[in-house]
Amino acid sequence: MLAFLLKRLATLVPTLIGITLVAFGLIRLVPGDPIEVMMGERRLDPEAHAALVKRMGLDQPLPVQYADYVGKLLHGDLGQSLVSREPVSKEFAALFPATVELATAALVFAVGFGLLLGVSAGLKRGSLLDQGVMGMATVGYSMPVFWWGLILIMFFSVQLGWTPVSGRIGIEYDPERVTGFMLIDAWLSDEEGAFKSALMHLILPALVLGTSTLAVVARMTRSSMLEVLREDYVRTARAKGLSPARVVIVHALRNALIPVLTVVGLQTGSLLAGAVLTETIFSWPGIGKWLIDSIARRDYPVVQAGILISALTFIVVNLVVDLLYGVVNPRIRGGGH
Amino acid sequence: MPALLNIRNLRVQFGNFPAVDGVDLTLEAGELLGIVGESGSGKSVTMLALMGLIDAPGKVTADAVEFQGRDLLKLSARERRRLIGRDVAMVFQDALTSLNPSYTVGAQIAEVLKAHLGLRGSAARKRVVELLEQVEIPDAANRANAYPHQLSGGMNQRVMIAMAIACGPRLLIADEPTTALDVTIQAQIMALLLKLQREQGMGLIMITHDLAVVAEMAQRVAVMYAGQVVETGAVPGLFDAPRHPYTNALLAAIPEHNKGAKRLSALPGIVPGALDRPAGCLLSPRCPRVQERCRAERPALEDGVRCFFPVEEAAHV
Amino acid sequence: MSAVIEKPMEPPGPLREFWLGFAANRGALIALIVFAVIALASLFAPLIAPHDPIEQYRDFMLTPPAWDQDGSTRFLLGTDELGRDMLSRLLHGGRVSLGIGLAAVMMSLLPGVMLGLCASFFQRLLSPAIMRVMDIVLALPALLLAICVITILGPGLVNTVIAIAIGALPGYVRLTRAAALAEIGRDYVTASRVAGAGVARLMFVTVLPNCMAPLIVNATLSFSSAILETAGLGFLGLGVQAPTPEWGTMLSAARDYITRAPWVVTLPGLTILVTVLAINLMGDGLRDALDPKLKKVS
Repeated sequence: MLAFLLKRLATLVPTLIGITLVAFGLIRLVPGDPIEVMMGERRLDPEAHAALVKRMGLDQPLPVQYADYVGKLLHGDLGQSLVSREPVSKEFAALFPATVELATAALVFAVGFGLLLGVSAGLKRGSLLDQGVMGMATVGYSMPVFWWGLILIMFFSVQLGWTPVSGRIGIEYDPERVTGFMLIDAWLSDEEGAFKSALMHLILPALVLGTSTLAVVARMTRSSMLEVLREDYVRTARAKGLSPARVVIVHALRNALIPVLTVVGLQTGSLLAGAVLTETIFSWPGIGKWLIDSIARRDYPVVQAGILISALTFIVVNLVVDLLYGVVNPRIRGGGH
Repeated sequence: MPALLNIRNLRVQFGNFPAVDGVDLTLEAGELLGIVGESGSGKSVTMLALMGLIDAPGKVTADAVEFQGRDLLKLSARERRRLIGRDVAMVFQDALTSLNPSYTVGAQIAEVLKAHLGLRGSAARKRVVELLEQVEIPDAANRANAYPHQLSGGMNQRVMIAMAIACGPRLLIADEPTTALDVTIQAQIMALLLKLQREQGMGLIMITHDLAVVAEMAQRVAVMYAGQVVETGAVPGLFDAPRHPYTNALLAAIPEHNKGAKRLSALPGIVPGALDRPAGCLLSPRCPRVQERCRAERPALEDGVRCFFPVEEAAHV
Repeated sequence: MSAVIEKPMEPPGPLREFWLGFAANRGALIALIVFAVIALASLFAPLIAPHDPIEQYRDFMLTPPAWDQDGSTRFLLGTDELGRDMLSRLLHGGRVSLGIGLAAVMMSLLPGVMLGLCASFFQRLLSPAIMRVMDIVLALPALLLAICVITILGPGLVNTVIAIAIGALPGYVRLTRAAALAEIGRDYVTASRVAGAGVARLMFVTVLPNCMAPLIVNATLSFSSAILETAGLGFLGLGVQAPTPEWGTMLSAARDYITRAPWVVTLPGLTILVTVLAINLMGDGLRDALDPKLKKVS
């Protein structure tokens, strides 16, 4: 098992290096003089320009600059925002939990319902339920997520008034920031109704963000179930006289879920991307919205950090999925015949 | 004493294709019946129908499918589930794919002990090891914790057999249990099945396309063609003096009976499929003894032979 | 021997067999028709659009669609916040979206297939390098990668195509490489090689035609992804720039008009949904028709 882990980590190293190269190169790839690019339209006199060049180490050869950059990364220094002058890592730490909370809620929703619907559809192949679920699933991942958000806002927030339109919690509440996760913080605080308010603010964005993933998980689960139900070992399980529930859950589902796991890992990527759009719609103060705003403001160090962190998150999640895959599927754990 | 198994006029229909087209079989307690036929003759489907493992769109009908006097077709699903795996058990062809890859072999055997006999915990574990030893798996205690992909084909087949006999069934059905194995292992598995059958006094139905195996092991044999039983009889007799033209042709095609010939003798044509089933006898397009009556009417199974003009003298003698 | 067995039916040729398989899927068939309508409407937009898509009718800002009591038949689907005709913008937007999608697919399919073939034919030399680079591209989710590229190159139509194409590239490379490797081991390729076929001939004439099925399916699905990405980038203000009509950009200001003018919100999104849905259903139909393993057991 350990050998497996080390091997996987080893293949990641070139990818990680590549990501840092891309992030590093981002500012330098933008056409024009890097200083001018970062300073915006402001013109600098030659002296100040030269001083900045020296201070930012831009007169050093590129490999040295890169080594310097990576060195800073390993110390957690992501640079400084051009707009706020604050360290990027500080702003990032403040905003990241909001995105994680949103993405986690969306994932729980998507996987929970996706598995349920996919298994039901797979068990009743060809039925009305199956066709309905599959039809909805196809619509679900064909939808532009930002439009879906607007439609749901239009319906639930404006027409029905059930959910709020933006933010993480009602403005009348201000729970103390303990974990950065509004649901937990609101629960921990003593304020009456704070938790409910946080929950109501989270529901719609999570639903919107999770819809596409739900559709993909449902489809994948269904097709995986159909394949597994055809397998010989399912026939053996039935020949043993086991109850239908046991055949489905213990024998079929256990194996059907394996490919779904991989899909879930890949879907976290699209959740990250979707978060960017969802946060914009719902004015959810996470890193997605921050990233977009920074691009508009040409705050390149922030964009650089955002890209790096997103890539890293995605890589880490997929590594975890790979390891879980090894746990869940005895055949690839090694010790084959 | 009613026969252990009595099947009358079993039909299994997939759409408009009759995979099993009126099969009659009987088996006494402790008897070893061999069912032979080529691929597509319906031998496996018959047994799956008996076990209740045929799903929609397949339709199963019969005049009677009686096991120990009880009509299986009249049982509720729950009642049938209590029977199969316990009193009637089946061993399949490809043991590796027939075992769940995500659970240890010990766990899979224990599952059947728990479901039918209520055995749990250490009692179940003990019994699992006993069963593995009974099927001659060395180092049984450790092997119980292995996954199917860690065991060889022969071992997996032994595991399947252990799982099948775990609850002391009265009838064991083996569907081509050795086809997927090496020749040397085949002999071992066959010997094991024979030994277990004698020890436990079970009825054993052996489905195979290997005539030699049947000739050596079985007491009675049924020959199937295109979804029907065309001939049944006691073993030495049927092979010495086959009465159905198809059985006759099968035996005539064995290499041992074709010494010195340039080609193996064989019937021309192919088995009828879904679209080309004759109105009369199913063998009539290919039969060397065919008459007008054969093309018009379907013969019934009489006196162990389904033929209007049975063979008097075997071709290979 | 009498011939009770009739003459066997002639098996259909490959094209007809494919069409039979595809058409059996009613959803795919309807989707094909719907998509054809959308594609034709977009293609002939300059001819059939009632108005110029960027012309602003200051007196008619936020007019409801014709079926509403305040609407008029002059603007069948109403106007947006700047008084521009929705129908015309949707039609012209179709040209943009479908055009970008098609261009992005071409720009990723052709190099992707080339790289995949090279990676499979020159496995020891090129495969590790090519696949590592693809892994790096894959480390970023598609939209974020596109945002990255746009940040470097700047917004606009052409850059949108480039950004999307880069993101779709690894998919084709991996797919082609896997399919080609599976074929290369087969006897017919060895036979060709022994007969003296050069590498180029082996790649394009012998192996590639047998890898087409998954490529076609992937191309369809990446076409629909490209349309969604274009809309997403447009929505964020990073893609196609105003005043060029694009379905996603039409939605970016729409949030302020949810209550006052819901048609500004629903119509562009609905158009995206229907188009992408049609393409995805066609892709499903293609996959079912082309992949023999998935053929339904009767």
